[in-house]
Amino acid sequence: MAVAEFERIPEVAGPSPNLEEKLHSMWVSEPGLKGWLTTVDHKEIGIMYLVTAFAFLTAGGIEALLMRLQLIGPDRHLLTPEQYNQLFSMHGNTMIFWYALPVLSGFSNYLWPLLLGARDMAFPRVNAFSYWVFLFSGLFIYSSFLVGASPNDGWFNYPPYASREYNGGINIDFYLLGQLFFGISTTAGAVNFVVTTLRTRCPGMSINRFPIVIWGTLTANAANLFSVPVLSVACLLLWFDRQFGTHFFNAQEGGQPLLWQHLFWMFGHPWVYTIVLPAMGIVSDGIPIFCRRPLVGYTAVALSTVVTMFIGFGVWVHHMFATGLPVLGLAFFGASSILISLPSGVQVFSWLATIWTGRPVFKTPFLFFAGFVVLFVIGGVSGFATGSVPADWQFTDTYWVVAHIHYVLIGINLFPVVGAVYLWFPKMTGRMLNERLGRWNFWTMFIGFNLGFFPMHITGLLGMPRRVYTYQDGMGWDWLNLITTVGSFVLAIGILLLFVNVLVSRKRGAIAGPNPWDAPTLEWSTPSPPPPYNFAVIPSVASRHPLWDERLQEADGKTLLDRGAVLDHGHETFGVTPMDGVPDVILKMPEDTYVPVATAFAIAVFFAGLLVHLWVLAGAGLSLMLLALLWWMWPSGDAGQTEDPAHV
Amino acid sequence: MSGVRSSNRCIIELPRGLRRAAALLLIAGMPVAAEADAPLNYLTGAGTKNYPVVALIWGLISISLLVVVIVTVLLLIGLFRHRSEPTPRDPKLVPPRRPEQGLQWIYVGSAVSAVALFGAALWTFAVLADVVTPDRRAPFTVEVTGHQWWWGVRYQDKVVSRSFETANEIHIPTGQPVRVTLWSEDVIHSFWVPALSGKTDTIPGQHNETWLEADKPGVYRGQCTEYCGQQHAHMGFTVVAQSPADFQAWWEAQLQPSPPPHSQPVAQGQNEFIAHCGICHTVRGTPAGGSIGPDLSHLMSRGALAADTMPNTPGYLSGWISDPQAMKPGNLMPTLTLSAQELTDIRSFLATLQ
Repeated sequence: MAVAEFERIPEVAGPSPNLEEKLHSMWVSEPGLKGWLTTVDHKEIGIMYLVTAFAFLTAGGIEALLMRLQLIGPDRHLLTPEQYNQLFSMHGNTMIFWYALPVLSGFSNYLWPLLLGARDMAFPRVNAFSYWVFLFSGLFIYSSFLVGASPNDGWFNYPPYASREYNGGINIDFYLLGQLFFGISTTAGAVNFVVTTLRTRCPGMSINRFPIVIWGTLTANAANLFSVPVLSVACLLLWFDRQFGTHFFNAQEGGQPLLWQHLFWMFGHPWVYTIVLPAMGIVSDGIPIFCRRPLVGYTAVALSTVVTMFIGFGVWVHHMFATGLPVLGLAFFGASSILISLPSGVQVFSWLATIWTGRPVFKTPFLFFAGFVVLFVIGGVSGFATGSVPADWQFTDTYWVVAHIHYVLIGINLFPVVGAVYLWFPKMTGRMLNERLGRWNFWTMFIGFNLGFFPMHITGLLGMPRRVYTYQDGMGWDWLNLITTVGSFVLAIGILLLFVNVLVSRKRGAIAGPNPWDAPTLEWSTPSPPPPYNFAVIPSVASRHPLWDERLQEADGKTLLDRGAVLDHGHETFGVTPMDGVPDVILKMPEDTYVPVATAFAIAVFFAGLLVHLWVLAGAGLSLMLLALLWWMWPSGDAGQTEDPAHV
Repeated sequence: MSGVRSSNRCIIELPRGLRRAAALLLIAGMPVAAEADAPLNYLTGAGTKNYPVVALIWGLISISLLVVVIVTVLLLIGLFRHRSEPTPRDPKLVPPRRPEQGLQWIYVGSAVSAVALFGAALWTFAVLADVVTPDRRAPFTVEVTGHQWWWGVRYQDKVVSRSFETANEIHIPTGQPVRVTLWSEDVIHSFWVPALSGKTDTIPGQHNETWLEADKPGVYRGQCTEYCGQQHAHMGFTVVAQSPADFQAWWEAQLQPSPPPHSQPVAQGQNEFIAHCGICHTVRGTPAGGSIGPDLSHLMSRGALAADTMPNTPGYLSGWISDPQAMKPGNLMPTLTLSAQELTDIRSFLATLQ
């Protein structure tokens, strides 16, 4: 029987109330606290990711506003140098690590199975686990504020300033252990996204039919599998240096401070692409909806996404042009840094062509996506300029780079993300966000952002170094900094409008219906919000635009949405062949469980023990973790791991 | 509060029209301080090494602005060319066009970008080859060492007795390349004189090199640009470019030991200085020989105090000695408990270090 469970020929039928009721009772998470702690539903986890990431965005934003108040004029004393340094470090760490990737993981989590026509992620418990580790690692690094010892060496934490000799407090340990902790979440999430894409899809979902956001997220997460371990190793080595007196980065004993920079940026530059490629994918999928035509150059965009990531692994030295490396090497990395603009250019021309040859409908999500195109180009060209080695010797470590990184992170991550909130909020809640407030939201953010951050380019050209807690008057930076501070507050008001819109529309928004935007992809074939099992019967797709098939007449066969396999012997979904999406197995999926949150908590105890040198506590955490893993791995009938199936 | 201002303006060698157009776009109607009022700006250069770099920067900015303008215009036209009424439920709005349409955008766009990028890369290589080393042998070397949060400067001569140390103010002769070797005593710093040269890091355990060349006499500001801790913001320095004759005279003057005290308060001040400050600071010609803080021989010849944090005036000097943590919180100079009389004496002594 156990074998037959995976190899049986599933019944094919249309959805019926009976079936829906049966699936619902099987898949639904319990309400309340228990449901929240135990759920493995990708949609719930996706929303938890989004809410948590926005909470971190808010914290990082408040830190930024405090810094902007300090810099509003010359020689201000609102913050002490040490306070400023901790704030800029936490601001960078929060935005780059605890906001930018998790927010994209939130969308990907929510959307992935819906886009691919599956019932859940390949590893639902790993999915919950990566969320809890993300949350706990964020709380871990934020607990540093409670003891007044937050990380104070920026988001790239260069030794020797990060070594114990120059930074004796616990500040840097929060950073190092926090990164190691967070890396577990990223890695677990990456494995899950990669396997889900390759394995759990609906029939007919071959790789040339993936929405671009799938390409972006798949590429980013595959890259994370290679890049995150580099940072983890670097953090572990530096932690050894600090705790046990090893000398990996200690020049006095023959170590190499520059080794950290190589390791960090071998991780760091790919990371920058992992936090923008999925967002670019969101735009590539969003623009066609509102331009009422398929994306121009799908194949070129998908390939350029992958190519960008590959080249992205070969540009890290452009963060180190001033470190005295051999000139031939600099020339090579300068060339690769300039070259990487080409695949990005392909995407810009694709968006332009889609808009130009489409019939744009100006809804709020589209405003964000269209605005993004401009911000993308500004962030792109300012980066291209820093790829030019001799010019970078001037640009680097000035506000030019600060402007660049904010155009990349706010322009290419935050704007698409807010657009995506407007786009998918109706799917998540069943209600539309207010369109009028949405327009105010967009224009406030767009004007505030450009007002605040465009002048930073000029501040940089006029020589203001980054990471200074104050500046003297007479440097020519006073007005520019005042404008930047005003602009960043306007941007903050814009983000506040988003929160207001979400809170108000959640209860009072117009009812959305399954497909308010008449969009082409599978998630819009489900009710809004989708039922816990996503699809009553597994659809099969015949084109890239399953819901536009009939009107575009591009399908190769027929997309079937209301007739398909009935997988109702417990939590089930199809496993398919990686390239063509041909089902070859029925996968048994786990049910809601406390295991992921318990495992994540045990790891938190372990890291807390390491932080305060309570080795007993660390040992207890480790033991708890092993016990939790044992619980996790215990064979269960639900997952088809023992011979007695739980549901028939 | 800057003690020393850049007095030099230099015009770079780009077509004036291009430069104007770029500047106009860049400034975009914002109340930007004129370049000359921004002593750390890198839009103007003042030396052979920097001219090609400044031209490259203007070139890159011009290309960048051009790209932004072109894309924005194309986007705006595209947006309003066939704008639909916002009723996406109407199936008529889905055009039955073949999805292939529009691919020529990608072909043409990529081809044009490739040419522009290739050109930028070639220009980059040409400038890199041009500025990486001077075209003549540099007659002498200045050793610069980064410290938290000041700069040690050592002038090396073959004759040991003609070598000396100073701090936070680098003098160079005009019209010739000067080799600068870079060291760090603690953490990573970065040496930057925007008017003369881009950045090179000072990294512990590693020996880096750069070079400077100034065309004309002038005072050029420098700044640490690698985050190095609490007082990274106040780690400036100045480069004083002088005619070769003036430079030679300056060197000779620096070699002089401190004069013997000419009065009782100065003698008293010297003793106080040796007792309170000599552990960290050197004044050549006295027993004060510490090497933890900046060398203070000829302090009065310098324009600024505490790594270009404040002008070198008697008022600031007194304030700095009596409470260094007020001006530069977190810096490594301890707060001494000095009586008013001791402070006055020390200051009278320092005032003789011309």
